[in-house]
Amino acid sequence: MQHHHLTASEWDALAKDPEFVALLKARHRFIIPATIFFLLFYLALPIGIAVAPAVMNQPILESLTVANLYGFAQFVMAWVLLAAYMHAARSFDDRAKALVERLTAELAK
Amino acid sequence: MTQATLVMFAIFVAMALVITYWAAGRSTSRRGFYTAHREISGIQNGWAIAGDYMSATSFLGITGLIAFYGFDGFMYSIGWLVAYLTVLLLLAEPLRNTGRYTVADVIAFRLRGRGVRAIAACNTLIITIFYMVAQMVGAGSLINLLVQRINETYAIVVVGLLMMIYVLYGGMLATTWVQIIKAGLLLVASIALSVLVLAHFHFSLFAFRDAAMSANADGHIVDLLRTGLFFSGPHGAFDVVSLGLALVLGTAGLPHVLMRFFTVPTARSARISVGWAMGLIGAFYLLTTIMGLGAGTIVGQHDIGKHLRDTQAIRYIVYHPQQAAALNAELVRNHGYIIPQTNTNLAAPLLADKLGGPLLTAFVAAVAFATILAVVAGLTIAAASAFAHDIWYSLIRREAGSEREHIFVARTAALVVGFASIFLSVGLRTFNVAFLVGLAFAVAASTNAPALILSLTWRRFSRVGAMCGMLAGLISSLVLVAIGPDIMGAHAIFPLRNPGLVSIPVGFIASILGTLIARDPESEEMFSQLQVRANTGIGAEI
Repeated sequence: MQHHHLTASEWDALAKDPEFVALLKARHRFIIPATIFFLLFYLALPIGIAVAPAVMNQPILESLTVANLYGFAQFVMAWVLLAAYMHAARSFDDRAKALVERLTAELAK
Repeated sequence: MTQATLVMFAIFVAMALVITYWAAGRSTSRRGFYTAHREISGIQNGWAIAGDYMSATSFLGITGLIAFYGFDGFMYSIGWLVAYLTVLLLLAEPLRNTGRYTVADVIAFRLRGRGVRAIAACNTLIITIFYMVAQMVGAGSLINLLVQRINETYAIVVVGLLMMIYVLYGGMLATTWVQIIKAGLLLVASIALSVLVLAHFHFSLFAFRDAAMSANADGHIVDLLRTGLFFSGPHGAFDVVSLGLALVLGTAGLPHVLMRFFTVPTARSARISVGWAMGLIGAFYLLTTIMGLGAGTIVGQHDIGKHLRDTQAIRYIVYHPQQAAALNAELVRNHGYIIPQTNTNLAAPLLADKLGGPLLTAFVAAVAFATILAVVAGLTIAAASAFAHDIWYSLIRREAGSEREHIFVARTAALVVGFASIFLSVGLRTFNVAFLVGLAFAVAASTNAPALILSLTWRRFSRVGAMCGMLAGLISSLVLVAIGPDIMGAHAIFPLRNPGLVSIPVGFIASILGTLIARDPESEEMFSQLQVRANTGIGAEI
């Protein structure tokens, strides 16, 4: 699809296309909470160590401390969020593909 | 060990040269030179990103930090893995869909000012050159420590020249494959070492844990599972948070990593490459933890330190941090020289020596050289493209000129960047430049990250805002490091080693304030196009 020929108002029209708006909303519904979640989940570790070192160094499981376990939990969190996004993104791909096909056909007319 | 190391390193160099010869014919256009014709698959790119990330800093540095400081060293691993979530969720796909050759392309996609592109290009050059000098000086002292016959200057020049050959002839394609092979070798070495460590404890995690909880640190016992061994002192707490912020946003601004997303054909493959990279990097960091704790307990900190030429100085620093900092400041004032802080880099090779014998040590050392070489090559392409594409093609020639001219400029830029970094690294070889990696991350997190993220998400974000943000982020991180403990020692005006806690908010706030003082209708008008293209891939560069 040749994008160079589109004017600013045509791009605006594309951006307001209901199917595109729905796709954008779906992406944001995943990405925004996921980003906020992982930033908070991650920053809780250094902030926890900074604010409450005694709590973080408390052994809780087989002499492993809160900080140790929470540190490993970061790996699990990163991989789980990765898997969840990879799964969700498959439907985004399909919707984007269908949208592009429809728009290309419409613009060809 | 010396000869076996050199032989194995020579085999790697030969392999890389064969790849370069094969890639040379495919790197004759800018598209080939910068992006390998966008024909790298998601899996290949994932391995290459992992290769970029498993630098000498990670392999030798993190293993050493964990051997000496336990959990505090592990904090780096966590930050670097989690950082990829920022890339995955916010950047990888939009970058592929809207970028052509450089990070500045994406920032300037709708912020079409010459000023925006000029500042973004300068930031890329600054970040990559800091990073590169740190890697090359590290390479010099490492090669010198492992193979005593080769002095630092010689080692830096050899690494620099080899890297230039790969980049000049093989472009992005050769660089990518060198990274992929290196990542594979590094994982093999790490798995072998980790299995040997676990075998040493008869595969009992409990025995391993007990050893880590009572590691012998030169006569006294430390618990490597506790926090606060590295980030200690009155400001240690803030330093941890500052580092965490810089790590998690810095990756989202590193040009040589972001540039990798221009080498794949689609947004989907960009996403898949982050997926593979996160799997590989996470696994690698778990292995690093085993190797680090293994080195700390089996080799012992005393024996790691013994192999250093400046052992005395380092012990002094470890046990008398206050006096050492004062002494550092004194030395800086009078001689411009800083005593290296704890050089823990030999933990991994010494562990190999203890557990696997000379052949494994040689392999680990050769892989460490290969790592430095490959990472430096990726950095050179990023720096060369910032100069040739952003400054020459876009700003000076205003998108005119023949393909031949521009590929010539790109190669020349790579040559200049290569020589500049060799000279800088030789000149700085006696300084402790490890802080330059942290500085590169802080600059990336305070300049590129706000500009990229705000440009992709905030309609009102303007050219003035982008310029204010990037300049404020750059200046604040440079100034804060200059007046911080790494440069000024005990007399530091700014107490934190990592400026991120201040400079990242400064970068974001300046971007927002700059945007609020001046509306920019032209850039706002472009936002719809950016949004549609970033999310659908319509009109993406192919």
